[in-house]
Amino acid sequence: MNGIHDLGGRHGMGPIDIDPKQPIFRADWERRMFGMFILAFAGGHFNIDQFRAAIELMAPAEYLESGYYEHWLYSLETWCKANGSLTDKEIDDRMRKLSKGDA
Amino acid sequence: MSSKHDHDHDHEHHHDHDNRSDISLRVKAVESLLVEKGLLDPAAIDKLVDAYENKIGPHNGARVVAHAWSDPAYKQRLLDDGTAAIAELGFTGIQGEDMVVVENTPTVHNVVVCTLCSCYPWPTLGLPPNWYKAAPYRSRAVIDPRGVLKEFGLEVPASTEIRVWDSNAELRYLVLPQRPPHTEGLDEAALAGLVTRDSMIGVGVPHVPNVGAEK
Repeated sequence: MNGIHDLGGRHGMGPIDIDPKQPIFRADWERRMFGMFILAFAGGHFNIDQFRAAIELMAPAEYLESGYYEHWLYSLETWCKANGSLTDKEIDDRMRKLSKGDA
Repeated sequence: MSSKHDHDHDHEHHHDHDNRSDISLRVKAVESLLVEKGLLDPAAIDKLVDAYENKIGPHNGARVVAHAWSDPAYKQRLLDDGTAAIAELGFTGIQGEDMVVVENTPTVHNVVVCTLCSCYPWPTLGLPPNWYKAAPYRSRAVIDPRGVLKEFGLEVPASTEIRVWDSNAELRYLVLPQRPPHTEGLDEAALAGLVTRDSMIGVGVPHVPNVGAEK
């Protein structure tokens, strides 16, 4: 599919952000997201092609605007919702609950 | 798509700081729900993160390169069947199932990219640096490799051919850089110390030992 993810040869994406000191994970949520992906993959929630396909179907503007591990979250959510493991409402409710408890 | 993600932005352009805390919260919510449903073990996440943050990294690939520099028969096996030769040193596993090793020579310089995504040889290099996963490198490496290499501070002579390898979900590339000068007497451990991550992606070259006589 010739989607937005097919970046080879596109112009205007700006300079490369080369910072040798940049850590592999830039925030703790990236660590959690990485681990969840591997486990959800190993647990059979999706195969690697499904995982990529969901990311490749993201809206182009959303794809470019969001960070790498956000793409992973998007795909994980897509497949967990598809197989009934998660719903949007559950996630929204849990976020509200966590944000109250977190203060 | 129906989900209402708010978006975290990369460091270079964050317009809205609320979004960053929101994504963090959303990931936390997803994790806590999956854990609660018995679908996820949080301790297993810790273990995986620790492995990829502290154990699996470019020092693995550096051992492969140093061994290839020291043992011509191994080097030949590495170029013939990268996956098997890398497995000889114990580096196997996901995102390294099908490995192709490409050799830099005085006339050919190889560069690896994944234009579609972020495919990268995890067992030998660990997780990719952020720039490898971002649009600028992915878009430009294939149309202006010399310009891209210059951005990394690497000038490849015009007489050297540049080959760009586009990785994919099944197949991953590792660059075998040229052995630096003044390394004749070095053992494999010392050689491995000269091999950088970037030199195995092709956006850099290995360190040259300090010998004083020549820079």
